[in-house]
Amino acid sequence: MSNEKKATRAAYGETLVELANEGAPVVAVEADLSGSTTTKKLGDAYPDRLFNVGIAEQDMVGVAAGLALTGHVAFTGSFAVFGTGRVYDQIRNTVCYANLDVKIAPTHAGVSVGPDGGSHQMVEDIALMRVLPNMRVLVPADYASAKAAIKLAAKTPGPVYVRMGRASVPCIYDEDVELEIGQAHILREGADVTILACGIEVDEALKAADLLADRGISAEVVDVFSIKPLDEKLVLGSIRKTGCAVTAEEHSVIGGLGGAVAELLSEKHPAPLVRVGMRDCFGTSGEMEELMREFGLDAESIVEAAVSAMAKKNVE
Amino acid sequence: MNLQDLKGKANDIRIDIVNMVAEAGSGHPGGSLSSAEILCALYFGGVLEHDPSNPAKADRDRFVLSKGHAAPVLYATLAEAGYFPKDELTTLRKLHSRLQGHPDCRKLPGVEASTGSLGQGLSISAGIACGLKLQDNDAAVFTLMGDGECQEGQVWEAAMFAAHRNLDNLVAIVDHNHLQIDGAIEDVCSPESLSAKFEAFGWQVFMCDGNDMEAVLSTLEAAKAAHTGKPKAIIAETVKGKGVSFMEGQAGWHGKAPNAEQTEQAIDELTDKETPNV
Repeated sequence: MSNEKKATRAAYGETLVELANEGAPVVAVEADLSGSTTTKKLGDAYPDRLFNVGIAEQDMVGVAAGLALTGHVAFTGSFAVFGTGRVYDQIRNTVCYANLDVKIAPTHAGVSVGPDGGSHQMVEDIALMRVLPNMRVLVPADYASAKAAIKLAAKTPGPVYVRMGRASVPCIYDEDVELEIGQAHILREGADVTILACGIEVDEALKAADLLADRGISAEVVDVFSIKPLDEKLVLGSIRKTGCAVTAEEHSVIGGLGGAVAELLSEKHPAPLVRVGMRDCFGTSGEMEELMREFGLDAESIVEAAVSAMAKKNVE
Repeated sequence: MNLQDLKGKANDIRIDIVNMVAEAGSGHPGGSLSSAEILCALYFGGVLEHDPSNPAKADRDRFVLSKGHAAPVLYATLAEAGYFPKDELTTLRKLHSRLQGHPDCRKLPGVEASTGSLGQGLSISAGIACGLKLQDNDAAVFTLMGDGECQEGQVWEAAMFAAHRNLDNLVAIVDHNHLQIDGAIEDVCSPESLSAKFEAFGWQVFMCDGNDMEAVLSTLEAAKAAHTGKPKAIIAETVKGKGVSFMEGQAGWHGKAPNAEQTEQAIDELTDKETPNV
């Protein structure tokens, strides 16, 4: 860990270049946002490996499918709002139905996009991608885990969704960290409440754990890097120990991490759960920190959720 | 295969189409019958370099059925070519069949891409064309689209991209049968002029009678051979339901199976055409 801040998207293009250097048949298909997503870096190093289709996201996914059908590992770009929602049918019918080696890896997910506003703040993408058969869903918390996610996506056959953001966020993992699909990570052990977080909420969860410690509450913080498949064993093990859980995500409370954990708990181990996330609403323009407060996604909101989850535990 | 044999093979494919859709009790005969000459010329006329005993051969030419609902014509052609046993055609649309209602490339050998949601085959084919060029593979890519399908915006995204990338290893064929589910394409929402549109997008355009085997074959050969740095489009004028009198030119036969009596009549008509000198 360090005090350094870096955006998850910064890992995208440079990791593709690393993979290409190692001989992996990676290509990227972009829709006029190669500078923002950083796929441009692959094009700079390997001009014939970057296919910019212009502002045509549907074609982006179809072209990626064709490249996958000729043995390439094809990454798509664009912003999460266009790279998933606008092309849901292309991802469903052309990529997932045929289980193609296409990696949907857009950037600028969530409200941390900031001033661009609600039209550009994608808070439904995890839900959309999670429901698709054959799709794996990874939500890296920082630059190093984004790097690991891109590498995992490249080496895992079939479709993988990697959710990245625009904003610079604190570095949590060492740069050479190796992660696995289907594995969550306990970043801080605790006894009273389990905080399950993904993406930029992992850092908020760690801050919340400090604030809770000040109140004498011991919180376990888990980075749910892999939303699908979910690390059921680790998640259930933690909640069996603490007796209650909070989920935290920069995404709707419907269908994302909170949805996945609610489904798991209600089937396997009913326990108090409070979901921190976008409460069935769109985002709005503002600076990232303002929006985290506005929509109740900051550390203080996670603290309140943890106290509320623990209160439910005591009632039972 | 000579021209006479090709015509006979196209007729065999039509008989297969009618029988399999009748057996399934549902499916899309109209747009399958309209494109029988096109698929027959591709697979039996020497246009496609392909090997039914080795469907994954690296240097094979690719064929993508963008209008996936015409699965019966693809399945009949692949079966006639020997990609899988012909008696499997009767399993169309049935539980556990490899012959899904729309083509599934994970299930059936010879199917290059899973299609069914319209407007995506040209993008997929452009991606394949890019992939082949990246690998210095000289194989060609053919895709068959419907004329109604050209109402999909993605078709024109792909058309722009293919021309921009100079994908002259790509041939798009439009089965121009003028009908879609709700009626005449010109009445529903006209995509015309298709030839002018493709030309304006930077494509080399060919026109032919899509139900005239000789014309189809020579046009496919010419389009495949042309390497001017432009992708190529063939606007093939066809008749929906071609070969079955009561289905010809009828939008109602887009996605409906014939009953027993209609099937008998259709097979009788097509069988009559099998007899030489009639």
